[in-house]
Amino acid sequence: MSARLNDDAAGLWTLAWRRLRADRVAMVALAIVAAFLVMVVASATGLVAADWEEEVGINYAPPTFVGAEPAAMAAAAATGQPAPDNPFDPLAAEIRALRAQLGTEQAAPRRATLPFGADKWGHDVIKKTIKGGETSIVVGLVAALVAVGLGTLVGAVSGFYGGIVDDLCNWFYNVFTSIPSILMILTVAAVLQHKGVTTIVLILGLTGWTGPYRLIRAEYLRHKAREYVLAADAIGASNARKMFAHIFPNVSHVALVQLSILAVGFIKAEVILSFLGFGVPVGVVSWGSMLNEAQNELLLGKWWQLSAAAVAMAVLVTAFSLLADALRDALDPKVKA
Amino acid sequence: MLAFVLRRLWQMLPTMLGVVLLVFVLFNWVGGDPAYILAGKMSSPEAIANIRRQLGVDEPYPVQLWIFVKQVLTFDFGQSWATGEPVRQVIGSRLGPSLTVLVPLTVLETLIGVALALAVAFVRGSLTDRAVMIACTVGMSISILVYIIVFQYGLAYKLGLFPVQGWGDSFAVNLLRYAPLPILIGLAVSLAPTLRLYRSFVLDEVNQDCVRTARAKGLPERRVMWVHVLRNAAIPIITHVMANLPALLIGAFLLERFFGIPGIGREVILAVERSDFPVIKAVTVCVAAATMVFNLLADLLYQAVDPRVRLA
Repeated sequence: MSARLNDDAAGLWTLAWRRLRADRVAMVALAIVAAFLVMVVASATGLVAADWEEEVGINYAPPTFVGAEPAAMAAAAATGQPAPDNPFDPLAAEIRALRAQLGTEQAAPRRATLPFGADKWGHDVIKKTIKGGETSIVVGLVAALVAVGLGTLVGAVSGFYGGIVDDLCNWFYNVFTSIPSILMILTVAAVLQHKGVTTIVLILGLTGWTGPYRLIRAEYLRHKAREYVLAADAIGASNARKMFAHIFPNVSHVALVQLSILAVGFIKAEVILSFLGFGVPVGVVSWGSMLNEAQNELLLGKWWQLSAAAVAMAVLVTAFSLLADALRDALDPKVKA
Repeated sequence: MLAFVLRRLWQMLPTMLGVVLLVFVLFNWVGGDPAYILAGKMSSPEAIANIRRQLGVDEPYPVQLWIFVKQVLTFDFGQSWATGEPVRQVIGSRLGPSLTVLVPLTVLETLIGVALALAVAFVRGSLTDRAVMIACTVGMSISILVYIIVFQYGLAYKLGLFPVQGWGDSFAVNLLRYAPLPILIGLAVSLAPTLRLYRSFVLDEVNQDCVRTARAKGLPERRVMWVHVLRNAAIPIITHVMANLPALLIGAFLLERFFGIPGIGREVILAVERSDFPVIKAVTVCVAAATMVFNLLADLLYQAVDPRVRLA
């Protein structure tokens, strides 16, 4: 009996967490997403992959888990036999000495273990994937935050005040949704001549607010006439207080689910934009720029950079989508535990 | 019926005006001075002033806006900055190749999606159902870029089953030789989300009273699924297909770019790369108008499919 009472006392978030805990797929997905986030933090603070631009292997070193120099790497390293000595060259002896020195210098880094191989410049692909993941994930998350923040703000104002404000916001919504999102993104990309990580966050954030807006507006319409809002009104709460201190906590689960859904979409969108060259600037690595490089490498038979970026992205996005689905189910008040 | 269509068309006006305003503000105000983009880095002040006069950028904003509205109304968007070709002609000539890929793609996607959704919903909750849904989630997570790169390399370059890229002059050659691989990739990418969505539409209908009644009166299961369930699920499916048509036109931009198909999507990417504002403006306005018209068509189709729907 007491357990039942406790159950009733538990809030939305406690109940949702309990439901999520029971879902084994969701917990695995959560662990994977958390691992990626830890990786982003570690990479952003320089704990890992800070030296991704260092040349640690030879060009296009194939993947190997073996520390010693395998035959494939040796073969790849032997780029052209040294020309025979010119008997009339007075510097022949010095050239021979320099070559020997070069040989010992190149031998050292070549022994590095590169489980995912190296790219065109001998960068470690695994470090590059981590660094690229940092860019892609941060862009996706921040853009989703911007979009959900904007959508929530407009949706709250529109749903709470109604009337002409609502009409105006709906008009904006209709205008934005009558342009397909990918065309909208490209249009804004064309207008903002300045390329950079901030620009791409702005593009995605400013074009992605419509989904959260529609849902949050509907929630505010439902909530604004509830008794607790009337009670807040009676004690003299301001409109802003009613909207964000009283109503918002009750609709925040919608925002959270939208955030996770948009983040998945934006990570995918960033990769496409960067691939097309409208995204991250030269010198910044992201999964999209890696795929861009890898596209030409594939014709040379160098498949590892493509695989690394594609698999890392697929694993993250799969886990994130499963988590978003589970979160939506767990937070849906209509579903009873 | 006619009154409904007329009222809907009337309601489109403010939205269309909004699109025109939005595009105008983006390109004429946020986008900076086009003269500098056109003239390049090394340009004299006289050259820039000359270009500004030709484009009409030195006019005040209301005049410029009026010029743009007139362009939209007369469907005459001037000339492409990059090639000098009239924008109207650019859009007209790129529409064919896009449709050659997109119409078969949409038809196949819808047919296969509906058939699979019915099959999966029929065995809902089973291991097959769960396996297909997990496969869909994984399939959706792989970037379209990876599908294109791998399929183009594997099927076209390595195995030689398809041409790597290209486009001919005759419709039959394009459809039979150059379009199949982009269509196949388009299917691989779009089938997973479509199937998930259609399955949820079908599941909504499976639990309806009418379906139970149909079963109770002893109809064979096959007939229940195909006639009673599908007919009711058709409404959201039609909405989805119609709403997606204009987006598809642009959505295939990566396919068009990779396979050298001279369609609208590739044109938009080229225009963005070259800062060819007239082309982007025209495509944006046209696609927005198309989206609204297709939404209206979707509503009209509802009634054809489901007599219970009243267009009021």
